[in-house]
Amino acid sequence: MSAPSSVTIVGASLAGLRAAETLRRDGFDGPVALIGDELHEPYDRPPLSKQVLAGNWAPDRIALTPSDKLADLDLDLRLGARATGFDLADRTLRLAGGETLEVDAVLIATGARCRTLGPPREGVHVLRSLDDCLALRADFDAAPDRVVVVGAGFIGAEVAATARTRGLDVAMVEALDAPLSRVLGPEMGEVCAAVHRDHGIDLRTGVGVEGFDGAGRVERVRLTDGSAIDASVVVVGIGVVPNTEWLEGSGLALDNGVVCDAAGLAAPGVAAAGDVARWPNRRFGYSMRVEHWDNAAAQGAHSARALLGADDPYEPVPWFWSDQYDRKIQLAGHVRPDDEVKVVTGSVAERRFAALYGRGGRLVGALGFNRPRHVMRYRAMIEQGAAFEEAVAAEV
Amino acid sequence: MRIVVDFDLCESNAVCMQIAPDIFEVRDDDFLYILNETPGEADRERVEECVQRCPKQAISIADD
Repeated sequence: MSAPSSVTIVGASLAGLRAAETLRRDGFDGPVALIGDELHEPYDRPPLSKQVLAGNWAPDRIALTPSDKLADLDLDLRLGARATGFDLADRTLRLAGGETLEVDAVLIATGARCRTLGPPREGVHVLRSLDDCLALRADFDAAPDRVVVVGAGFIGAEVAATARTRGLDVAMVEALDAPLSRVLGPEMGEVCAAVHRDHGIDLRTGVGVEGFDGAGRVERVRLTDGSAIDASVVVVGIGVVPNTEWLEGSGLALDNGVVCDAAGLAAPGVAAAGDVARWPNRRFGYSMRVEHWDNAAAQGAHSARALLGADDPYEPVPWFWSDQYDRKIQLAGHVRPDDEVKVVTGSVAERRFAALYGRGGRLVGALGFNRPRHVMRYRAMIEQGAAFEEAVAAEV
Repeated sequence: MRIVVDFDLCESNAVCMQIAPDIFEVRDDDFLYILNETPGEADRERVEECVQRCPKQAISIADD
């Protein structure tokens, strides 16, 4: 395959930026456009639920790359520009406002957006962007009587932990019987629940949200069991949906994400990366879409190389971390709630341990609470295709 | 090439250790140790990958 005449990257967050950096590092010297719908230069999202929300970091600390290094990449950087359509056959990209760009190679990294509950209402937040974070932080600064977090997944858990650390009264509502039990399994879900309760969170599990009450601003969260919680601020963290609507009718296959091949190509000369990309991960033998920071960084680079002609499959062992209170929770691999789980080192009671996940005799995941070194060793074992029993017995 | 780690930012996620275990090591005390602060040019690509993959943006390369 010959090198593209130009590369247009749609989405200016982590995956898009890493793609641009990789193109330049690998010697591509043609035009590269980086198009993002936010007005900010590419920034790092994980601190939005932690240091920035806590008020410990100013927003300018989260730039993904300093402005001078960004300039060195010699990009056509278009911020505040939302892509509204793409046509694979005639290679045109439409932007909000009506502009149409002729494009050659395209890398799609438009990420995902938060699911919401009902229409927008004052005092009800989601957390994805810097602007979301600053709006929520302003509400936290006003010393609300109670914060209600809807959804005890990783974002909800981090927001609850940050709010508690700021001394706020926090209730968290989770529809599952235990937080993250659909990801980590019921046993580890209970460990997460205990961590929150130990820190004074009013955690309600196995109950959903019926709706919000209040004259204008939110005042109360109504639950499906008939009870209600007074709330001055609500944060909804019930997952995300990939941003693919702008690609409907483009000629690309969409299925809860942009459907790619094993290398990351959605069509000749079109790749995707990050939260929006679905691809068959051969290491696990099925198709996945991964919403983690590390995947956005790695897949951004991999898919950029795919546009330059590399055809090696992208087959990572996914990995992410979540910082809650003084705990660093890390998960490597791809786990399912019915996988076999075994604690292999440390103490669950002390919340410092590693647990392994097995499926069909194979090691498929490793969960760590304050065990970063162990998780990375096990991640390498997953990569090597280790048997579950072998991993359980291993000294790491 | 000299490796610089901002230890105020580093949270021992150990991503660098997985990419370059001969250069970075997170030990049982949960702290990161740099095993080789001045690797040769042959290691540049791996160290650059560590810089890009560090979730805390705590690693940089000084060319002095």
